[in-house]
Amino acid sequence: MNEHLLSMHDVTAEDVVRILDTAESFREVGTRVIKKVPALRGRTVVNLFYENSTRTRISFELAAKRLSADVINFASGGSSVSKGESLKDTALTLQAMGADAIVIRHSSSGSPYQLTKWVRGHVLNAGDGTHEHPTQALLDLYTMRERLGRLEGLRVAIVGDVLHSRVARSLSFGLVKMGADVTLVGPATLIPPDAPVWGVQVSHDVDEVLPKLDVCYLLRVQTERQRLEYFPSVREYARLFGLNRSRVGSLPEGSLIMHPGPMNRGVEIDSDVADLPQSVIEDQVTNGIAVRMALLYLLLGGRGESGEEVSGG
Amino acid sequence: MGSPKLLFRGARVVDPAGGRDEVADVLVRDGAVADVGGGLDAASAEIVECDGLVLAPGLVDMHTHLREPGFEQKETVETGTRAAAVGGYTAVAPMANTDPVADDASVIAEVRAAAARADLADVFPVGAITKGLEGEVLAEIGEMVEAGVRVFSDDGRCVPTARTLRNALTYARAFDDVVLADHCEDASLSTGQQMHEGISSYSLGLAGQPAAAEVSIVFRDIEMARLTGGRLHICHLSSARSVELVRRAKADGVRVSAEVTPHHLVFTDEDLRTYDTNLKVNPPLRSAEDREALREGLADGTIDAIATDHAPHAVEEKEAEFDRAPHGTIGLETALAVALTELVAPGLLDLSRALEALSCSPARLLGARDHGGPIAAGRPANLVLFDPEERWVVEPPFVSRSRNSAFMGRAMVGRVRHTVRHGMLMVSEGKATR
Amino acid sequence: MSRILGPDDVRRALARIAHEIVERERTDGLVLVGIADRGDHLAFRLSLEIAKIEDAEVPVGVLDISFYRDDIGLTAEAPEVHETRIPFDVTGRTVVLVDDVLYTGRTIRAAMDALMDLGRPRRIRLAVLVDRGHRELPIRADFVGKNVPTQHGDDVRVMVTEVDGEDGALVQEGSPGPAFRGAPAVAGREESA
Repeated sequence: MNEHLLSMHDVTAEDVVRILDTAESFREVGTRVIKKVPALRGRTVVNLFYENSTRTRISFELAAKRLSADVINFASGGSSVSKGESLKDTALTLQAMGADAIVIRHSSSGSPYQLTKWVRGHVLNAGDGTHEHPTQALLDLYTMRERLGRLEGLRVAIVGDVLHSRVARSLSFGLVKMGADVTLVGPATLIPPDAPVWGVQVSHDVDEVLPKLDVCYLLRVQTERQRLEYFPSVREYARLFGLNRSRVGSLPEGSLIMHPGPMNRGVEIDSDVADLPQSVIEDQVTNGIAVRMALLYLLLGGRGESGEEVSGG
Repeated sequence: MGSPKLLFRGARVVDPAGGRDEVADVLVRDGAVADVGGGLDAASAEIVECDGLVLAPGLVDMHTHLREPGFEQKETVETGTRAAAVGGYTAVAPMANTDPVADDASVIAEVRAAAARADLADVFPVGAITKGLEGEVLAEIGEMVEAGVRVFSDDGRCVPTARTLRNALTYARAFDDVVLADHCEDASLSTGQQMHEGISSYSLGLAGQPAAAEVSIVFRDIEMARLTGGRLHICHLSSARSVELVRRAKADGVRVSAEVTPHHLVFTDEDLRTYDTNLKVNPPLRSAEDREALREGLADGTIDAIATDHAPHAVEEKEAEFDRAPHGTIGLETALAVALTELVAPGLLDLSRALEALSCSPARLLGARDHGGPIAAGRPANLVLFDPEERWVVEPPFVSRSRNSAFMGRAMVGRVRHTVRHGMLMVSEGKATR
Repeated sequence: MSRILGPDDVRRALARIAHEIVERERTDGLVLVGIADRGDHLAFRLSLEIAKIEDAEVPVGVLDISFYRDDIGLTAEAPEVHETRIPFDVTGRTVVLVDDVLYTGRTIRAAMDALMDLGRPRRIRLAVLVDRGHRELPIRADFVGKNVPTQHGDDVRVMVTEVDGEDGALVQEGSPGPAFRGAPAVAGREESA
């Protein structure tokens, strides 16, 4: 595997299989009484979260701790990330602290790439701007494989604001890499033109797509004012694209409903739909820890740049 | 103290304006070329052996940012003209987006004075078209013309309305040889832009600016030039359709000229996949098709000049998140090498045309009569000598105060050895003499 | 490559070890934990042998020790991970760890640490098919199929039908083998980690 995980383009299909298989073992660890293994004992993992995300940060924190690593949290809003201190200066401080891995979430696309220039440790992208969120995609692939037994040939629709969604990008790249059949669905203003270059199809009619799906993956639709220039109203969006009770009926038997969270109940997904058994949204959370443990293990478990050379003997 | 007598012996003299391309000696005396020919008598001249070197008219950059007054942490007239000299330039035209803005004769005078103190390159300050670059009220164009300014531009910003541009073009017609240069960008399509809008920007999660943001304004500006009969120059072309519009306008007899930067001739939007902020420029690097059209346009003369748009920024500004970094790359020290390495060597442009674009055309457009050749007896000695085979890598230290180079780390073939300005060596053996 | 055990040898060895286990340990409270990825198959076979002798069903678990290895971060890539499946509580039980080859002892050290995290066994015993010597830690096997003297540079491999198509053990002289199964051999290493 690569030294860093910044994008789904950093992993091959073989890497993905390896990550998912390794995550299986970590899921089993999660069922034990002592949910901890000593694999990364003595290593330091830093969570550098410029964007508030309790859910993802805790997931990474648990993952690192269950591997016996030491965890440092730098979260904005807290006192740790000082306002005005440049990303570079923060990076150099972390470097001085001996961070073996830095998990970064930031609102600027590409910031993990900048970070790799200034630190020697492994960098994991926990979401950068509207670019990518590879660990989310991997845990989603894990959930799909676990529930449906395979990834190749799966028919998946990603519905919603694809244009501004880093999850949509990572998931599309990941699914296409694993041989799945991906359709992006949403208003024309929210799907990038030329998206078919990514190996996906595009549709603006969710009702046409639903009956032929194995997975319906819903994206959160931002309802802040700037977003509203892309569609006339939340009500219209929900009417045209929202997964409501009647639409659920047209999904095939055994198909999955997924959402990266947090949900806008009543917009992209109706409340009662979110709570159906087909909806595996809860699983996505549990699997997140196992997948993140697998990633930390695979990145830090090998020598890489930051490990020492093994002397012969 | 007069300038020394110099004999440049055995260089390949490439002089597009004079129609010469042959090995010859060039004798320089009292600030001017005294003689050009084979086997010249050195007499009391200092001999500079130039075997293997090319001797050409000193380069002229008609679009550069020296940042003084106001942004001296990025560059000063002194450091900028030194960088220019090291890059083979004998004349540069700094844009007006300083602080204060160069919208009247006093700021022009200040820039000229700094240039005279540094005494490294001839400086032709560009005046603003509108006061404060605000795009509303015309700047003191007449006063600046009297102060010797010939080119006016609000570069950094686009002249916001057709009406303002029309008025400026019409007003400028009262003066001889005045050119209005526009930075063509429709701000309503480009707000918040980080790069070219296309599948690359969608993949990288960066806000994009479509080519149409430039093309629509190029169209507008050409129509204004057509309407008024004024002289228009289009700054830093970046897209294929803009090139087409200029080609058609020239064929129609509209008085329009155009320039392109070295980085737009080399890079595309795909090169941004590493989020290297040195490639964050405005106008952005566009598609491979656009780059192709720019190269063709330069080769066939639709694009008159290569201009660096040298845009220094402090290290801490560029070493930031991509969307926080300012736009721009430095270019004075690398322009010639880039042209030689990326265009001439692969056969995309012949050497004579490249030198024409780097020297003769910009000199003509600026009205810088002492520059651009021809290299002939009696003409001011503004020359560059370069080794077309020297291999080097673009890396710090730079002569410019800043080091945000799009070409960082790239291997180049071709390097300036000497730069002669008004008969005196500004650069000798690759190093500035002052 | 020379053969040190053939299929019949393996069969006899496992039968003998099963007898020894039954003789020395009581079958109630007895569990077998095989170390992936060949020890587990041996453990299942032992359980079947014990069932023939004593009419007792001894539970079998599979233990992957990758996360407990002492060379994480020292090999080029992170060690490959296998499944752990132990469907019973180890607390209070007599656990017989089963592995194919005993060499430096580091795998067993890791296995014991893993077991301790899963519960508190009453006692732990060790059964191996091949003991090739060269211990680096104070670890010894309680039940041994065959003692095979080797050099440091030798590579000893056990094969089991379930994985390799046949039963047996081979020794390859002179090539530095991995100390842990599944670990890529690191160039220049003369001996195990």
